[in-house]
Amino acid sequence: MQLTEKELEILRIIETNSRIELGNLAKMTDQATEDIETALKKLEEMRVIVRYSTIINWAKVDDYEGVTAMIDVKVTPKRGVGFDEVARRIYRFQEVESVYLMSGVYDLSVVVRGRSMNDVARFVSEKLSTLDSVISTTTHFILKKYKHDGTIFEQVEEDKRIVVSP
Amino acid sequence: MIKTSYISKTVADLKPSGIRRFFDLAANMEGVVSLGVGEPDFVTSWSIREAAIASLEEGRTSYTANAGIIELRREISWYMEKEFRVSYNPDNQIIVTVGASQAIDIALRAVVNPGEEVLVVEPCFVSYAPLVSMAGGVPITIQTDKEHDFKLLPEVLEAAITPKTKAIMICSPNNPTGTQLGKEDLTRLSEIIKKHDLLVIADEIYAELAYDEAFTSIAVIPGMMERTILINGFSKGFAMTGWRLGFVCAPKEISEAMLKIHQYTMMCASTMAQYAALEALKNGMEDVEEMRRSYRRRRNYIVKSFNEIGLDCHNPGGAFYAFPSIANTGLSSQEFAEQLLLNERVAVVPGDVFGQSGEGHIRCSYASSMEQLQEAITRIGRFLER
Repeated sequence: MQLTEKELEILRIIETNSRIELGNLAKMTDQATEDIETALKKLEEMRVIVRYSTIINWAKVDDYEGVTAMIDVKVTPKRGVGFDEVARRIYRFQEVESVYLMSGVYDLSVVVRGRSMNDVARFVSEKLSTLDSVISTTTHFILKKYKHDGTIFEQVEEDKRIVVSP
Repeated sequence: MIKTSYISKTVADLKPSGIRRFFDLAANMEGVVSLGVGEPDFVTSWSIREAAIASLEEGRTSYTANAGIIELRREISWYMEKEFRVSYNPDNQIIVTVGASQAIDIALRAVVNPGEEVLVVEPCFVSYAPLVSMAGGVPITIQTDKEHDFKLLPEVLEAAITPKTKAIMICSPNNPTGTQLGKEDLTRLSEIIKKHDLLVIADEIYAELAYDEAFTSIAVIPGMMERTILINGFSKGFAMTGWRLGFVCAPKEISEAMLKIHQYTMMCASTMAQYAALEALKNGMEDVEEMRRSYRRRRNYIVKSFNEIGLDCHNPGGAFYAFPSIANTGLSSQEFAEQLLLNERVAVVPGDVFGQSGEGHIRCSYASSMEQLQEAITRIGRFLER
């Protein structure tokens, strides 16, 4: 769908800060607050804006248990529905974070979050690889997140400029 | 004991920059929110930094041609053509300089004879008049005002011209006012400039940061190219201030004159910075676009906010400065800036340091994060209520 420049500008801003106050968003985009509200509502209804979420660095939280794995899945596509049917069967599992159809040597990339490696292993062996269309799986556990969705986790933004300059 | 008579009269007569005092005051304070910074808040893009590192790894550590590496001059030529519709020959009309500041210096020294007058349009960057003096010329300041959005009016220009006038320095978009001269403004000014056979030294360092109207270079106005020395660089648009890299484009005869000064005083610009700039022009334009969008949002925010809290602020078309009036507070711009710093710890630059017509205003750079800008607005609002 074709969006206006003002709508695109709203999306660019809230993509990195969805908590921004409406008043400030209005000032930054040179619009009235009511118009921002209307635009947001429209974008939500069109599911261009799907959700307002937060990026959390769970590795910083003591005693937090959780592992994430990326699983390369080879599947047999079905006549008429291609990969969509098997993708649907996979993404409906609650432990599945994301599913992408890929070009290259495998077909689906599945990101799974579990409490432990065992948890993920159980999911792969009992749920994923037992699906009829699934030919093979390769599981990669994520050891450390450096950057996620464009945000560098460990980076401290420090202003190195001198305080007053011509 | 060192005698002050050792110092040349020209230099002794130069006024120290008024910005220095505020730097000293603010630098020693904790918790200062600074709107006093005249440079981007972005760090140079990684692809550009990485290109400089790679150039070092490859051992590119020697001098370059005086005018700069030819690959970079070719890219500059292509960039100027594509972005601003001006064409300069990379072989003999482009010199890579140590920042736009050095470009202004060699431009003035190449054209000014002792005693000739150079028109300096205020408010303006602090170095123009001193550079004219150091080149042996006489700086003649012309004033602009808020009623005309700090645009130079043709009749004001014409009134300042004397038989001794050699050149005029024009900066658009402007530091400190953010004012951008549109095509019509430039056309009207060009008529007077041509009529009196003046040269133009055009400081277009903020050309990439134009928010409402496409930027027009004065060199594209018919009949102006042959009398224009065009100065641009990488500091503002590409967030590369510390690399010290600019360039100057001019007709061949003027370029050759400038190159003489450049080869005797500077030899060449830093080699690693030149390779970084090459990468900037080849692959950096998307980042420039993103930075421009980001500044535009903050410009919109700060100008509206100033007007809301009672500081009358015109809408600056470019650069990253807002220049609100503080006249209704009854304070001078120096008093306002000093009291604001001491009471609320917000650093701004008093407008009078940019020239007489800057009095009654403060320069606020919005090249800071939105959080910092919001905090600054809150504090300035509180300061005004006292």
